[in-house]
Amino acid sequence: MPKITIPLGPQHPALKEPENFMLVLEGERIDKASINLGYNHRGIEKACEERTYIQDIYLLERVCGICSHSHTSCFVGCVEEIAKVEIPERAQALRILMGELERAHSHLLWLGVAAHEIGFDTLFMYTWRDREHVLDCLELISGNRIHYAMNIIGGVRKDINAKQKNEILKRMDILEERTNYYVKLITQEPTILARTQNVGLLPTQEALKRNAVGPTLRASNVKSDVRKDDPYLMYDKLDFKVITADSCDVFGRVFVRVFELIESYKIIRQIINYLPTGAIAVKVPWKIPEGAAVGRYEAPRGEDIHYVKANDSIKPERVKVRAPTLANFASVRYMLEGGYLADVPIVIAAIDPCMSCTDRSLVLDGEKTSSYSWNDLRLMGIEFYKKKGIDFSKVKI
Amino acid sequence: MKIITKLITWSQMKSPWIIHFNSGACNGCDIEILDALTPKYDLERFGVLLKGTPRHADVLLVSGSVSRQIHKRLVRIYEQMPNPKFVVAIGACACSGGVFDGCYSTLGGVDKAIPVSAYIPGCPAKPEAIIDGMIKLLASLKE
Ligand code: SF4
Repeated sequence: MPKITIPLGPQHPALKEPENFMLVLEGERIDKASINLGYNHRGIEKACEERTYIQDIYLLERVCGICSHSHTSCFVGCVEEIAKVEIPERAQALRILMGELERAHSHLLWLGVAAHEIGFDTLFMYTWRDREHVLDCLELISGNRIHYAMNIIGGVRKDINAKQKNEILKRMDILEERTNYYVKLITQEPTILARTQNVGLLPTQEALKRNAVGPTLRASNVKSDVRKDDPYLMYDKLDFKVITADSCDVFGRVFVRVFELIESYKIIRQIINYLPTGAIAVKVPWKIPEGAAVGRYEAPRGEDIHYVKANDSIKPERVKVRAPTLANFASVRYMLEGGYLADVPIVIAAIDPCMSCTDRSLVLDGEKTSSYSWNDLRLMGIEFYKKKGIDFSKVKI
Repeated sequence: MKIITKLITWSQMKSPWIIHFNSGACNGCDIEILDALTPKYDLERFGVLLKGTPRHADVLLVSGSVSRQIHKRLVRIYEQMPNPKFVVAIGACACSGGVFDGCYSTLGGVDKAIPVSAYIPGCPAKPEAIIDGMIKLLASLKE
């Protein structure tokens, strides 16, 4: 049978974001898949170097609209480590509260999108309706639905009061009831089972070899969660479980995320009920002393890594972001190859891809040990884009 | 006005079909657009229907400061839409570049690439604002 190649994206009804997959098909089966990224590359890392630490918080928040709090928490965590400040316990708790609300909103959003990809639009509408409860909580605390801007260097920006606490607890009860319904749905509904079981298989060994992270890795039966393995903030004092699944398929990924929702509600309740007293922020000087730090954070999609290098000024010298989706893309290729064309949307959606997080520039060079200067990188960028028909040489930087 | 244009305007006003395109956004605006279409806000009660292909759409909702790599695609999608067509820029990024204004890989603003009929500001634009903008666009068709 002759092989045909079909492109998927950058604009495609099944993809919510611009990315491109080239699929080589043999009949209905996928023989080879290659991934083309970079449509969302904006140049945030470079922009960070030109702005102050305070401005960078708001810029890095806009790396991704879904896990915005994760990126800022990771970044301010690094800066606080370099500046050697300990943030108050209440600020730590509030950061966790926002982080878990964010996880709940992200997982509900994902469940809806995944349902949409398999043509189950009723579930899509259900979850997005329920997700509004989480967004209301976030708006109640911070004043905004998407970019909460809660983190500042040295703590958080806003405190919560008793009325807000009650409201959040009330919403958690509603959400818990709804999530229990989803648990029943995903484990019993025949259409969901038929579309997700034994689809997009990623055995444990492959997942480890390809450095998968987050729910994708946990669904391949690896107990890995930064919140437990390398606790930050005050996660070591909280009681929650790391959810894993041993089916290694799309069903496992749905299972892990839905049960993580319940764990998130549990954490939110603990935080609200045992909120430490005290200040919500400490003062940190604008100038950050020389040093470098790496931060790890369990974002809704997996481990998020930030690297910050400071040089005793008000602007960072270098900021590097490694978002979880980038780590998961190596597995997508494996999951797609050998599968059916009809399963492509759900297999891609199963890692919960976030392109705006992922599209950073990256040089993979196994041989070279010395570092690249900005000029070298710029020349490489111009060469790279020339092949795509875009002229970067006239762009002023 | 010719009878056929009148008919087209009438049907577009009653039920505009939209397509959403992310031209380098942070996702914040995209999820708010989808939010506007889901039960709490329900843009569909105004006849607005989300479509998968530009060839079926009357209104293009663009979010994001246009990145250089996506520029050509955005223009192509715009060209594929049948006339008469409208573009709505959603969010601060799409209106003017927003926080990413001045980044080396962005053009800054959708109007640098294609003509825009309506701007909805906000970072992200709230679903209420998106609904308001859509209604205002539809009202302006009447004139
Ligand atoms: S306007 Fe704000 S929320 Fe919308 S895409 Fe731009 S940065 Fe994201």
